[in-house]
Amino acid sequence: MKPYPYPNHLDNVLSTFKQKFRSWLFRQQVSSGTITLNQRRIFILPTRRGLGFVLVLLLMLLGDINYNLSLGYVLTFLLATTAAMTMFHAFRNMAQLEIHAGHNATVFAGDKASFNFHFHNTSKLTRYQLNLRDHNGHNSLFDLPAFSNSKIELSIPAIRRGWLDCGPLTLSTEFPLGLFYAWSYLHFDTRCLIYPHPAESIPLPLSTAQDGSGKIATPGDEDFAGLRNYVAGDALQRIAWKSLARDQGLQVKQFSTLQGQELWLDWTLPDHAAGERKLEILTRWVLDADSQGLRYGLRIPGQEIAPTHGALHQEVCLQALALYPLGTA
Amino acid sequence: MKLDRAFVYGLTACILLVSAPHAAYMPIWVSTLCTILLTWRLYLNFTAAALPPRWLLLGTTSGGIAGILITFHTLFGREAGVALLILLSSFKLLELRSKRDATVLIYLATFIIITNFFNSQSIPTALYMLVTLLVIIATWVQMNTGTLALKPRIHIAASLLLQAIPLTLLLFILFPRIQGPLWGMPQSNYSRSGLSDSMSPGSLSNLSLSQEVAFRVDFEGTPPPREMMYWRGPVLWDFDGIAWTRGNRVLSKIPQLDNLASAIDYIVTLEPHNKLWLFTLDIPTGISIPYNMTDDFQVQARESVSSRIRYKAHSQLGYRANAEELPYQLKRALTLPGNLNPQARKLAAEWRQSLPGDEAIIRTAITRYNRENFVYTLEPPLLGINGIDEFLFETHQGFCEHYASSFVFLMRAAGIPARVVTGYQGGEYNQEGGYSIVRQSDAHAWAEVWLDQRGWIRIDPTAAIAPERVQNGLSAAVPDSPALPFLARTQTRWLLKFRLNLDLLNHQWNQWVLGYNTERQFAFLRRMGMDDVTWQKMAINLMIGVGILLGLIALVLLRKLYTKQTDKTQVLYLKFCKKMAKVGLLRAAHEGPQSFAARAVQSKPQLAEGINEITSHYLAIRYVSLQQKERLSALRKAVAAFRV
Repeated sequence: MKPYPYPNHLDNVLSTFKQKFRSWLFRQQVSSGTITLNQRRIFILPTRRGLGFVLVLLLMLLGDINYNLSLGYVLTFLLATTAAMTMFHAFRNMAQLEIHAGHNATVFAGDKASFNFHFHNTSKLTRYQLNLRDHNGHNSLFDLPAFSNSKIELSIPAIRRGWLDCGPLTLSTEFPLGLFYAWSYLHFDTRCLIYPHPAESIPLPLSTAQDGSGKIATPGDEDFAGLRNYVAGDALQRIAWKSLARDQGLQVKQFSTLQGQELWLDWTLPDHAAGERKLEILTRWVLDADSQGLRYGLRIPGQEIAPTHGALHQEVCLQALALYPLGTA
Repeated sequence: MKLDRAFVYGLTACILLVSAPHAAYMPIWVSTLCTILLTWRLYLNFTAAALPPRWLLLGTTSGGIAGILITFHTLFGREAGVALLILLSSFKLLELRSKRDATVLIYLATFIIITNFFNSQSIPTALYMLVTLLVIIATWVQMNTGTLALKPRIHIAASLLLQAIPLTLLLFILFPRIQGPLWGMPQSNYSRSGLSDSMSPGSLSNLSLSQEVAFRVDFEGTPPPREMMYWRGPVLWDFDGIAWTRGNRVLSKIPQLDNLASAIDYIVTLEPHNKLWLFTLDIPTGISIPYNMTDDFQVQARESVSSRIRYKAHSQLGYRANAEELPYQLKRALTLPGNLNPQARKLAAEWRQSLPGDEAIIRTAITRYNRENFVYTLEPPLLGINGIDEFLFETHQGFCEHYASSFVFLMRAAGIPARVVTGYQGGEYNQEGGYSIVRQSDAHAWAEVWLDQRGWIRIDPTAAIAPERVQNGLSAAVPDSPALPFLARTQTRWLLKFRLNLDLLNHQWNQWVLGYNTERQFAFLRRMGMDDVTWQKMAINLMIGVGILLGLIALVLLRKLYTKQTDKTQVLYLKFCKKMAKVGLLRAAHEGPQSFAARAVQSKPQLAEGINEITSHYLAIRYVSLQQKERLSALRKAVAAFRV
């Protein structure tokens, strides 16, 4: 169904022109830094309710003229002016906000990814009921107090593993009376890493470990080797709090490196499974191995991560799984 | 979407506020029904109960509409329309489910405000309108501010309204006024007080109890003396024994005036009285709006006066009116009903026989009122069918209608053509505003007799019996009695002054706000220096004005975006540094407060005390979180006291 009764070619020309005009008017650039909402970025149009109110005002004016109601004129003009002024207020409710994208925590597929944006309100105006939404209808409604820095979260369901781009966003407001809709397009190059969805519990492939047994690195196995001075970057768990309490300065416990066999989580291990399912099982194993404190390595086509343990290692493994290019495997 | 409870309270308050002024004008069942509906809604909101089912609402709403149809026989007239609007908005409150319903209700509420102006457009009504608007907008704002407390919402609403005032004023002055009505409007049939076209005993004394303003007069030049201020209204010819009426005017001749003297110009602002006549000083020669002049010098408008009008009038205080009168009219001015009031007739006949001429008869009649202890009173005894006889020979108590009526009767019985003229006499001069207020309590009746060669002459018998009435008004003429309207009684000076100022305010309001029509708009613009006013010019000026004002307001509104947070401590410290700079001690960029203080004390030891005090306060505010406020004020004092 065509919306306009134009000849076909004209229709085409027109729609192309319209598209070009739109893309020129609303030209969006992906921003990696701070966006300041200036008048070039904010658009305003009356809402449907606003047009309805114009109708009410016209009816009032007719009544004033017909019945010669002077006070009616006052009321009509007062309301009309107030309504028109709300355009400024809608604009002002968004203007000069400084926005930048923040760090987004990784999540597993199936959870909700929350994108963080930092809104800096440098003015003494409270900003009311700003609506940040993506183009799939996920939104977040918030106020910004005067002179404030606020972190706003936008939750978007994470369906697939890999990088989730939040895409172009719209920030809008209808403050104060809902007669005008002011909006601005925001497009940040912010993304969120989505790990594969972990499979249901499947026993770790301990029996198939290379030398027949996974080396369990229980705390008892670690040999305490002494203390050394703290160096920036040392893990918090290793700080010798007792020696700190004894006023001996910040020191770190040192352990002798573990010598033992490793658990290899290999691409070929989850047999009877293929593709995404394989990744899900491996994800589950990485999580389980880590929670049991095992030393483990990950071997997937094209990539091998040497066995070790710790939060960072887990992250590296999960990232490798999240970004594994299945299509080419 | 579930609406917030506070929001529903707000909407209910809006509907209550806009419909309350109508309560007095609505049929009683509409007011009662609306009260019940509003109370019900409040109860439901309070208990957070579910709204009534749709079928029930539909049923009761149709019932309400049917009720209005039965009461008014229509749904579209002014009264019926207002009743319908109020009823429907009350029902709408009960099916308030979504944001959309709320929007509809708010629009309805703003529209209902305007219908209140059918009943009153006074200053209190205007103030009430502002309060109502404030509540409506504060409620409206809530739709877009979430759960904001009432106080900040009122603040937002108030600033929205305040910002709208300059543009509203501009629009009010420059927006082209189209003279209504655009379509026929049904005449409202509620009566207004004022003179009627007949006079019977009691009609004027009843009117005298009303302190309502009949009209106001601005004189150009000095106002005439009070005893000359006879405001001519309906002239009554026909008498049926009880009431005087205007009778049918079968012929109309052009009224004749000669020997004119003492011209006077003035502007009358007449309150609506739903009758044709316009009041002018005796004797009118012309007014500024379309009018008809009858041959008995009544000035009549072309349409009945249903809204406040203003006209310029020209009168002559000295005149000779209709020196040649038509025989038919003279015959009318001699007609008496049947054979009522035989005693009066007998008295008049005696006068005619014993006295030399018309003038002697008139003089005798007037002196008789003086001699016989007549009393001028607001509460005369009731009279029977021979009322004039009873009044003249027994009761001797009457108000001006009794005197005028009996005098004209005597004249006619004596063969002198005479008629009754009703109108107003005198008026209260408002020194604050330089104009006169004529109230219903100034209603008066007097007589006119026709003498050969001299035409119609005004004779006021009341002036004979109670000259104070004519010179000083009603309160001077009748003893201070509870029957007298409050305003007509003598009052203390400050009360009088307050009252006159209040009336001045009303007068200005009527002229500049309510009476601001096409004509006044053009006159005002001309006075503001816009020569040859045209619609195009007005439109251009309007647009320019709106543009400039919008720019200014935008500037004020948007400036707030750029006001940065000021650090009071920093400001104070910088002030201190500035003072130090005056004596040549500049704080280097790398210098902390402590090292700066140390250096300063070293070079200016006489200032050590002040420098140390200020520095210690400053450091305490910066690095100790306790007692911030006290320290800040101490710092402020120290910096202020610091002298170099």
